[in-house]
Amino acid sequence: MSPNMPAVEHALLRQRTTDLTPIRHLHCTCVSSEFLVKMAKSKAARKSGETMKITSSCETVVQGMDDEDNEELQRALADDIISASEDEGGSDDERKHCKLLEAISSLGGKKRKKLTERSEASIQVSEFTVNAEGEGDKINLSDLIGTLDKTPSALIKTKKQLKNLQHNQSTLETPLTRKETEKIQREVAFEKTSKEVSRWQSVVLQNQKAEQLVFPLNQEPSGPKRIEHVVAGWKAQTPLEQEIFSLLRMNKQPLHDPVLTPTEEASLRAMSLEEAKIRRAELQKTRVLQSYYEAKAKRGKKIKSKKYHRVQKKVMRKEYLKQFDEMVKTDPAAALEELKKMELSRMKERMSLKHQNSGKWAKSKAIMAKYDDGARKAMQKQLEVNKDLTQKLVIPADEDEEDEEESAETLPDFVNDVEPILDQVNPWMRGKLSTEPMMEESNRLDPPVWPREVGKPGEGQDEQEEDEEQMEETEEESLLRGFEERRKLRQTEDVKVAPMPMEENDDGKKAEILEISDYDEEAVEISDDDEEAGLSNFTSLFHGLVNHMEPPADQPKAGPGLRQGESPALLEEGLVRVRTLEDVELLSQDISTSDTALLTTQILGTEETDTQSATQQADKKRKKMIDPNEVLTKEAKVIEMPLAPTAVEDVEDKEEQRVIIKEAFAGDDVVSDFLKDKRKQEEAGRPKVIDLTLPGWGEWGGLGLQPSRSKRKRFRVKVAPPPPRQDQKLPNIIIAEKRDSSIAAHQVCQLPFPFEKPIQFERTIRSPVGRTWNTQNAVQKITAPKVVTQLGAIIEPIAREDLIKDNRQAVTGPSINLESDQGPQKKRRSQQKKQHKRKKN
Amino acid sequence: MVSPKIFGNVLSGRCKRNQQTHFRQIRADIALNIRNPDDYVRETKLDIQRVPRNYDPSLHPFEVPREYTRALNATKLERVFAKPFLASLDGHRDGVNCMAKHPKSLSTMLSGSCDGELKVWNLTKRECVRTLQAHEGFVRGMVVRFCGTSFFTVGDDKTIKQWKMETPGYGEEEEPLNTILGKSVFTSIDHHQKEGVFVTCGQQVDIWDEQRSSPIRSFSWGVDSFSCVRFNPVETELLASCASDRSIVLYDMREATPLKKVIMNMRSNTLCWNPMEAYNFTCSNEDYNLYTYDMRYLDKPFTVHMDHVSAVLDVDYSPTGKEFVSASFDKTIRIFPKDSGHSREVYHTKRMQHVISIKWSSDNKYILSASDEMNIRLWKANAAEKLGLLAPREKAAVNYSQKLKEKFQHHPQIRRISHHRHLPKSIYSQTKELRVMKEARRRKERNVRKHSKPGSMPVVTEKEKHVVTVVK
Repeated sequence: MSPNMPAVEHALLRQRTTDLTPIRHLHCTCVSSEFLVKMAKSKAARKSGETMKITSSCETVVQGMDDEDNEELQRALADDIISASEDEGGSDDERKHCKLLEAISSLGGKKRKKLTERSEASIQVSEFTVNAEGEGDKINLSDLIGTLDKTPSALIKTKKQLKNLQHNQSTLETPLTRKETEKIQREVAFEKTSKEVSRWQSVVLQNQKAEQLVFPLNQEPSGPKRIEHVVAGWKAQTPLEQEIFSLLRMNKQPLHDPVLTPTEEASLRAMSLEEAKIRRAELQKTRVLQSYYEAKAKRGKKIKSKKYHRVQKKVMRKEYLKQFDEMVKTDPAAALEELKKMELSRMKERMSLKHQNSGKWAKSKAIMAKYDDGARKAMQKQLEVNKDLTQKLVIPADEDEEDEEESAETLPDFVNDVEPILDQVNPWMRGKLSTEPMMEESNRLDPPVWPREVGKPGEGQDEQEEDEEQMEETEEESLLRGFEERRKLRQTEDVKVAPMPMEENDDGKKAEILEISDYDEEAVEISDDDEEAGLSNFTSLFHGLVNHMEPPADQPKAGPGLRQGESPALLEEGLVRVRTLEDVELLSQDISTSDTALLTTQILGTEETDTQSATQQADKKRKKMIDPNEVLTKEAKVIEMPLAPTAVEDVEDKEEQRVIIKEAFAGDDVVSDFLKDKRKQEEAGRPKVIDLTLPGWGEWGGLGLQPSRSKRKRFRVKVAPPPPRQDQKLPNIIIAEKRDSSIAAHQVCQLPFPFEKPIQFERTIRSPVGRTWNTQNAVQKITAPKVVTQLGAIIEPIAREDLIKDNRQAVTGPSINLESDQGPQKKRRSQQKKQHKRKKN
Repeated sequence: MVSPKIFGNVLSGRCKRNQQTHFRQIRADIALNIRNPDDYVRETKLDIQRVPRNYDPSLHPFEVPREYTRALNATKLERVFAKPFLASLDGHRDGVNCMAKHPKSLSTMLSGSCDGELKVWNLTKRECVRTLQAHEGFVRGMVVRFCGTSFFTVGDDKTIKQWKMETPGYGEEEEPLNTILGKSVFTSIDHHQKEGVFVTCGQQVDIWDEQRSSPIRSFSWGVDSFSCVRFNPVETELLASCASDRSIVLYDMREATPLKKVIMNMRSNTLCWNPMEAYNFTCSNEDYNLYTYDMRYLDKPFTVHMDHVSAVLDVDYSPTGKEFVSASFDKTIRIFPKDSGHSREVYHTKRMQHVISIKWSSDNKYILSASDEMNIRLWKANAAEKLGLLAPREKAAVNYSQKLKEKFQHHPQIRRISHHRHLPKSIYSQTKELRVMKEARRRKERNVRKHSKPGSMPVVTEKEKHVVTVVK
């Protein structure tokens, strides 16, 4: 019994639940209730009223059960009761007696209900130890569990609960009729399906809005397939192919371009989704950047400007230098290799004799060179290239000379003629004075000799380095000095003429200068040669930078005190740009003076007084030149410009003009013309008399014979006058009352449905569609049909997979989709624009 | 061509100082502006000549009038070339009662007539390839299995028969694969899109497994007979049926009960689901109209399609789901855009009688109509369309004229021409009559409303008018 109790308890506790419980469960509760009833009956149910009570409680237990179940239960209960009464057949008389007594007592009225027909034989004896004392007593539900283990806490609790249950006497609602339950079921089912169907909403809307739908849906894209798809289903057959593939696989090479390498894939797999997304974005970016740079390089390659390429090469060289510097510091071995490479290229050059002025171009130039300075220069440049390339890294000066001589032999004589002014690249001119200790030393300390090989030799402006090489040639020094002076002179002249080459000159000298922004360039422009060193604060700053690289031993030589003294005054100057020609002239003078001053110092040793005086001079001049505020204040005049020239004219002028106008339009009488016009229109609008007379009808006809008056009177029909004209009372206006009905037949009289404003409709009409007005692509786009079907292809109904696919797309993020959509469009648009431009050109 | 650069030089007088250098400059410029032959020379002889175009709008004036003329011409040409009737398939000895499309082959089509005869047609050859006596009495309905290897027919003899699609070999007898004898007459049959399940209707809607001889599920909801039942081709477990008590009932194969039903003013004969929109279906009604419903909102149809002048007997959607075609007792076929209240096209011939069954071919190009007078007719879905392959330029021209027509469709002349159709006198007069009747009713209602207490005569829209009630 005890193991069954929890089930009973459970059933009773479920009393209040009103939902539709599964039938199986209900049966279980029935069983438990039957069991309960049996228990009660055997001991305590002497009166049927009690059993009825129990059944009612059972009913409460099985609340929510179907009718059939209910009936079953009651039937079972009744059976039990009957069988019980049969058992008690022996005590029939006694019972009759009891019945009689009851009947009598029931006559009194109230007690009647309590008394039942049947009673149990054993009131006292019960196998379940449940006892309800007295006839009228009820058995409590809690009595039923009285025989349970005496574990008080749990028992008391359940007893309480059972009591509470007993107090709830409300009856169950009758179960719904079949019709109603079906209705509920239908509603539930309908809601479910309509929800399910509603998933298609987005797809349907999308298809409705789609610019173009191509049927059958989900067909494989036509045209060439992507290489991965092709390769995926392809097998290597011939031994050669197999070998190749095995090799590729061994190296873990991706077999086709866009597919990732296994390592990449593995890393992608190892990452989470977000990481993977980020990574993919990065990869895309790098790819895009790569393609961008490729495109840029291509574009750059196409540019024909020599100057551009010159600048470009210079920049490249600079970068290379920088890299090499770093490499020397970080990875000397690699630097060595680089050096070796350079050596190799030099050797190759020596072997190939590429720049020997022996090619077709060179020969043609040789002919031209007699008459053309440019050609001569070009040839010399090439020679120089040759020289640079063929120079060994460490060579005695003699060899170098020999080289030059050799190269010179291949040339016609005139090429070697010294050009008095313009020839900067003549190797003979590259001599340098020994009295530039600072620069020389700094150059010596500069690590690379190599840049010449790498760098573009055509410039010919790496004079210092070359100078350094020629330092040993002391015999020629005096001669060179002369040259140098001349060169300086020439350069100052250059400054006067054009500042541009100057810049280049400086660039060649110091690669780093370019990096330090425009100001520095400006400064350098002013400084011309580095000997001046302290022209501006920026240059000094720059020198500070250079000095970092230089050993500290140099500093005393340069004379720091001098610089410090100069620097504050120069600071102002650096900020001012040289604009006018006069400025430039002044500047050049300055330079020349300072040049000479420096030269003298260098030659004579450090004579501070001289230089100071020189710089002071320079200061004065610069001050003159650079203080713009003074000049501006003097010139500050506000000029009031009239908006139109006529506004300033005097009254006389106006009158004059009036006269002129009068003369010009002397013959025109606009007003009368207008009036005439109006009268004409009115005339035309007036109905005319219709003449229906037929000459010669009923009388004689012929030349000079008029139809008779009576006839004219009779056959001339007068038409009723039209309604008055709209412009009758408006003297200055003509309102044309004729409306062209033939055109009206072709015009839209009402605004068609989807449009809200006439402007919208007009706009759609006004924009032309055809090829006459649009480009091919645009026409294709505009006239693309909304629905495209394929000839002879069966169109299947849309499938559920489409829905899933669509949803997945929505989940993964439409933003990506959008981008990808826009991307090609943008591209196409830009292409179109380009094409358009081209066509216009 | 002289570049503007030269003029610039000349005018600016930049080189006035030195006349010679000036000339040199000009010469150099001319040399630079030589045209690239790639721009105007063809690569091969087969290429189309390059025609340089200038799209400057000032060079191409009057774009609107010119395009309008083109549109007008295109419209006229469309009408000239509108010859929709392709072929008539004759051979049946009684009125054709039903047809079925083959799901895998475009050229195969089946038809069943009122004497129980069934014919398989080859549409490309326009000939009958097989004839068999399927039933005694009418062939009420038929459907081809989704795989296309067999088909089912139902007839007046209370049987469902399954037949092989292949023609039996020489000496073999024409015998059905399976025959199921039902309790009552089946009026319609449809097959599931992907599974071996089919549905029939008669006195109730039965769902059958192909392997069993008794239905796996039966639905009935207080009506004694159904005329049509159709599976939803998209949400393949859904069904809809037309019942004789003027109702349309929805079912879900997985549920034990029907879902919902809507009762209309008059009986619906057939219905068809939209193959691209899972929840939309159109039913053809006895009251001369067609109604398109959203199955989620049955209380009123979202479009009422009016134009027929007699009961509509059959309807079928185009496979693109954009249009449908209807067959009517008034001896015409009409094509409706799915959203529009009126038809875009009407087909009729002198000899075509009441059209009983209609099908839209699954490549969206043809329409098949089966009518009382024993013929099946093949029509083009687009009357003026050129059949066969189109050259790219042809295609472009077609697209352009289509776009033009669309652009100028609201202009009265174009509208008039494109909308003009010839109708048989009976239909024309009946249309007019119906219009008059409708107008009279409207007028009367308006008058009644005018003279009754405000609010006592609510305005009932055309859509709401035809629905009696929705039963849950």
